[in-house]
Amino acid sequence: MNLKLTVSHVCKSYDKKPILKDCSFLFEKSGTYILMGPNGSGKSTFFRICALLEDPDAGEVNYFSETNISKKDVELRRRITLLLPRVGVFNTTVFKNAAYGLKIRGMKGPEIREKVDKALEFVGMIHKTKQNALTLSSGEIQRLGIARAMVIEPEILFLDEPTASVDQENTEIIEDILLRMKKLGNSIVVIATHDRVQAERLADWLLLMKNGMIVSA
Amino acid sequence: MDSFIEGFRKAFALIFYLDQELLSIIFLSLKVSGTALIIATAVGLPIGVLTGVRRFSGRGFIISLLNTFMGLPPVVVGLFLYLLLSRRGPLGFMALLYSPSAMIIAQSILAFPIVAALSHSAIIKIEPLIKQASLTLGATTFQVTTTIMREARYGIMSGVIAALGRVMAEVGAIIIVGGNIAGYTRVMTTTIALETDKGNFELALALGIILLMISLIINMILYLIQKKGLLQR
Repeated sequence: MNLKLTVSHVCKSYDKKPILKDCSFLFEKSGTYILMGPNGSGKSTFFRICALLEDPDAGEVNYFSETNISKKDVELRRRITLLLPRVGVFNTTVFKNAAYGLKIRGMKGPEIREKVDKALEFVGMIHKTKQNALTLSSGEIQRLGIARAMVIEPEILFLDEPTASVDQENTEIIEDILLRMKKLGNSIVVIATHDRVQAERLADWLLLMKNGMIVSA
Repeated sequence: MDSFIEGFRKAFALIFYLDQELLSIIFLSLKVSGTALIIATAVGLPIGVLTGVRRFSGRGFIISLLNTFMGLPPVVVGLFLYLLLSRRGPLGFMALLYSPSAMIIAQSILAFPIVAALSHSAIIKIEPLIKQASLTLGATTFQVTTTIMREARYGIMSGVIAALGRVMAEVGAIIIVGGNIAGYTRVMTTTIALETDKGNFELALALGIILLMISLIINMILYLIQKKGLLQR
């Protein structure tokens, strides 16, 4: 049974400045949710709390299958992932970067190779397998980030501004990747963006971060 | 001037004919400093990693202490260790004074702060992004730490090599606790000190040349590691 997520009455402040105010939402159906909102509206904070990188000041974030709430441990963290706007690539080859999530899950060579090659092919990076990831362009780094996240087949995938810092050409490539991911359509994908056109192109559901709360657009 | 040139001639002869005494001194030097480096890394690296990735009370004090210990005068370390290990000292029962073990302990004490402090500074330079990326991909706390260590590998290796450079060239501590006993605790640096005193310049010079060559090799390795680290940034 697929993982679902409830966010209930979450509040979060930084330096006494409230960012999220009684924010609630239910991610239940698989598909692509687009979270829109201007910079600083709290999208990233919301993602970091959902991805269990940070705790909310108040309220709860719960993952569940059927009616069972999942314990917030490493096992649960391994079923979800968040791609940050600045990807944070490791100082090694593109292949080893993409293989990271599988390797730490104890997967062995041939299986890793098959999955990683498939993911790198999907994002159009298969020809760069042996290149050091730190020498990639920002667009390529984003695509590697998507491959690195896809390879672990997360049940819920958060993408925080995946095209914010890339050129037009790579933005189109990434949007194409996201559209093809959507067709695979077996998981929940939540994408933050402030690009209205992109949002409408990609969304099954369009959400808006407004005054620290999520509302349906 | 003649004796100077003559000294060099004899020194090179000793090196080229692989003089037995010379070889045993070089071998003991490498053994003492190599073992000390392994111990220093085993102790220093975990301290460097811990102070690099964790935030805990007393962390700042430990870092300041390590930085201070990096510049410990070897003779002072030798003196303290001598007092501890001498027959009437608190560790006298171990009968370690004037043995290679005492020299290894002395050099480990001199080397571990270098390994620890340089590993620490290599690790804190790794961006928080790396930690977050590994967490979002499902890493356990231990896996996050090993990932950060791998990212800092060139800086850590530089620290280890720098520590080797320090202990290989060190004389003050080991001459006090080792006693410079021929065939037992006599290493390159202590032999140079002794033979110079005695006026036997050829053996001292031969060892000096070899020590410089070893030092050059160590520094070339250090340079290559740092260059590789920079290239990949």
